Amino acid sequence: MATQAEIDTQSEEAAFREEVKQFLAENFPPELKGKSNALASVEGPTNENDAQAKWRKAMGSRGWGTPTWPKEYGGGGLSRKQARILNEEMAKVGAFNPIGGMGVMMFGPTLLEYGSEEQKKEHIPPICRGEIRWCQGYSEPNAGSDLANLQTMAEDKGDHYLVNGQKTWTSGGQWADKCFCLVRTDRSDKHKGISFLLIDMDTPGVEVRPIQMISGMSPFCETFFTDVKVPKENLVGEEGQGWTIGKRLLQHERTNLSGGGAMARLMGASMSDIAKKHLEVGEDGELADKVMRDRIADFEIRWNSFLLTARRATEESKAAGGVSDIASVLKKLGTKLGQERAEMLIEIMGYQALGWEGEGFSDAELAGTRGWLFGKATTIYGGSTEIQNNIIAKRVLGMLDHQ
Amino acid sequence: MAVLTEEQEMLRDMARDWASNESPVTEFRKVRASGDPKAYDEGAYGKMADMGWTGVIVPEEHGGSDFGWLSAGLVVEELGKTLTASPLVATTVAASAIILGGSDEQKAKYLPRLASGEMVATLAVDEGPRHAPETIETSVSGGKLSGTKAFVHEAHGADLFVVAAKDGLYLVEKGEGVSLSTRKMTDQRSHAEVTFEGAGADKLEGGGDGLLEDVLDRARILTAAEMLGMAQAVFDTTLDYLKQRVQFNQVLATFQALQHRMADLFGDLAMMRSAVEGGLQALDSGFGVARAASIAKAEANRVLHTMSREGIQLHGGIGMTDEYDVGFYLKRARILENAWGSTSYLRDRFARIGGY
Repeated sequence: MATQAEIDTQSEEAAFREEVKQFLAENFPPELKGKSNALASVEGPTNENDAQAKWRKAMGSRGWGTPTWPKEYGGGGLSRKQARILNEEMAKVGAFNPIGGMGVMMFGPTLLEYGSEEQKKEHIPPICRGEIRWCQGYSEPNAGSDLANLQTMAEDKGDHYLVNGQKTWTSGGQWADKCFCLVRTDRSDKHKGISFLLIDMDTPGVEVRPIQMISGMSPFCETFFTDVKVPKENLVGEEGQGWTIGKRLLQHERTNLSGGGAMARLMGASMSDIAKKHLEVGEDGELADKVMRDRIADFEIRWNSFLLTARRATEESKAAGGVSDIASVLKKLGTKLGQERAEMLIEIMGYQALGWEGEGFSDAELAGTRGWLFGKATTIYGGSTEIQNNIIAKRVLGMLDHQ
Repeated sequence: MAVLTEEQEMLRDMARDWASNESPVTEFRKVRASGDPKAYDEGAYGKMADMGWTGVIVPEEHGGSDFGWLSAGLVVEELGKTLTASPLVATTVAASAIILGGSDEQKAKYLPRLASGEMVATLAVDEGPRHAPETIETSVSGGKLSGTKAFVHEAHGADLFVVAAKDGLYLVEKGEGVSLSTRKMTDQRSHAEVTFEGAGADKLEGGGDGLLEDVLDRARILTAAEMLGMAQAVFDTTLDYLKQRVQFNQVLATFQALQHRMADLFGDLAMMRSAVEGGLQALDSGFGVARAASIAKAEANRVLHTMSREGIQLHGGIGMTDEYDVGFYLKRARILENAWGSTSYLRDRFARIGGY
């Protein structure tokens, strides 16, 4: 027998579900069914068609692209339960979330935690509406894994900072409107001399040069700052607090990069299904190559364990509140398994998995080649596997540095 | 660790306190030294029964608490950490066979005694040194069961055997027609070849054609829970050791080469925990059990294998001594890796379930 409170909750949920259904019927363009949107990714320029623009605006006006963010800053203000209902109903009609990118995944949650009221009011609503692309100004030529070694200098000039230096591996820098940046405000202290600064990409003195990768794609840029004037109000938190804020943002990044769910969707069909199409299958329906069959089963068992681990981490962090250090474990495991899968698919498909362009290869096969090559970045960016190992050993396991 | 209910947390904390205070590895050493072929402390098993652990999966109407498999797994994991020798896993799995396949009469006759700890039971399936439930020769004629079962766990303390015959599972009580030949194994627990010669046998008629596999899946998953506790203990012990051992004027834990190996093991342990808890949760939901059991035991085998080897290596020479506990885990690990399916057996089974 349900209590009155339970009945009220249930009818509220049913009412919300109806609201979502009606919204989707009125606003989701049927021609977009089953597609995704370049806006949600950093790999392409904004070349929205009318339908995509209409869908983005509709979701943005409700704040449903960032469903659990506070309503006062343009988020949906939904409960987790309501957000799940929204996802379920979108999945039923083949709709996708058109609002994403680094603003949603990394910068927004960090600014909500550390930003001033003015900064939140200025920057969060355009993220919720999917109008502004953010890029990340962290790495430098001599500050990759040793990120705190960064040298890009922001000099205090009274009413503004004067920024000089070079960033690299700026994902989507050529398409971004704004950059959240770690800069040096004090040369005397490696960690406490770092500040978190927001820079408009169209400020005079900002220059980006795309870097061509082994995959043939250019999703990363070098970014040069020459006498770039940045208003003081663009400093997030206190001067010298950048390392703390920057690390927090990286936790959000790792959670997203490892992302069991996202990774699973990216991977598409199971390896065994692909193997059955490309390899000899016996009368019993089993792969004739028993060695390959054993290796595929080994991979799929571990892949399932990883998905279970990602799910478990989500449930545990929900119960405990907030992101956790387990993000490093997930990033390390998920990226390694992803690379292992790509390499095994080449073994399974042979030359057919190594096409570069042109005749003889399907679009999916060509995308697979590029994905295999680009996938090598996953164990390097967002903190290399070696850095994740350091974090796990020191922060999680309490193994210390040399004394 | 899965998100637990309040009852589950209490049960786990109780098991953790009891295992660390009343049943540390020194208790296992005492059992080993006693030479008792049963290879467990009956007094300790009685205390486990008093705490309700022998009836965790048994329905309330038959004297259990019906707390489910995740709860049973939590207890077994804690006991695995300190290598507590007991027939708890064997008895729980045997009880599950009666729950799944027993008549009302069989349930009423055996479950209350198993749940109270008064009776110990075990599963007798394989007839050779490798798990091969598809090649059973044991048969029943005129209600009398005959056959030989190799390497039966906890055979010496068992009052009741759940025996796999060609046409299904049977209950056989210790006594006439049942004889044991001890097999002393590396883990110093109870193992025996059990010969049945015209033993009185009572068939488990329920549970359908898949009864044996369903029971084996329970054995796989609960065994994996014990292995999880062992892997966790080896990891924790090794980490503690690295944090206190000094070489080259440095604490070993400060060396990056060792830090990265521990980070790898930590990742593996996280995967193993998820796989084992996934198996236990599958049993509680009744959904996807065969697949989840294959994943749970395959991951338990893989990770405990690596952990037990690295545990010795990272301890250095003292890891090789009987005085240090870490070697006990290696010796128990290989026994359990071979129980109810080796890694290659489970991969084959997983592939077959997946249709390839």
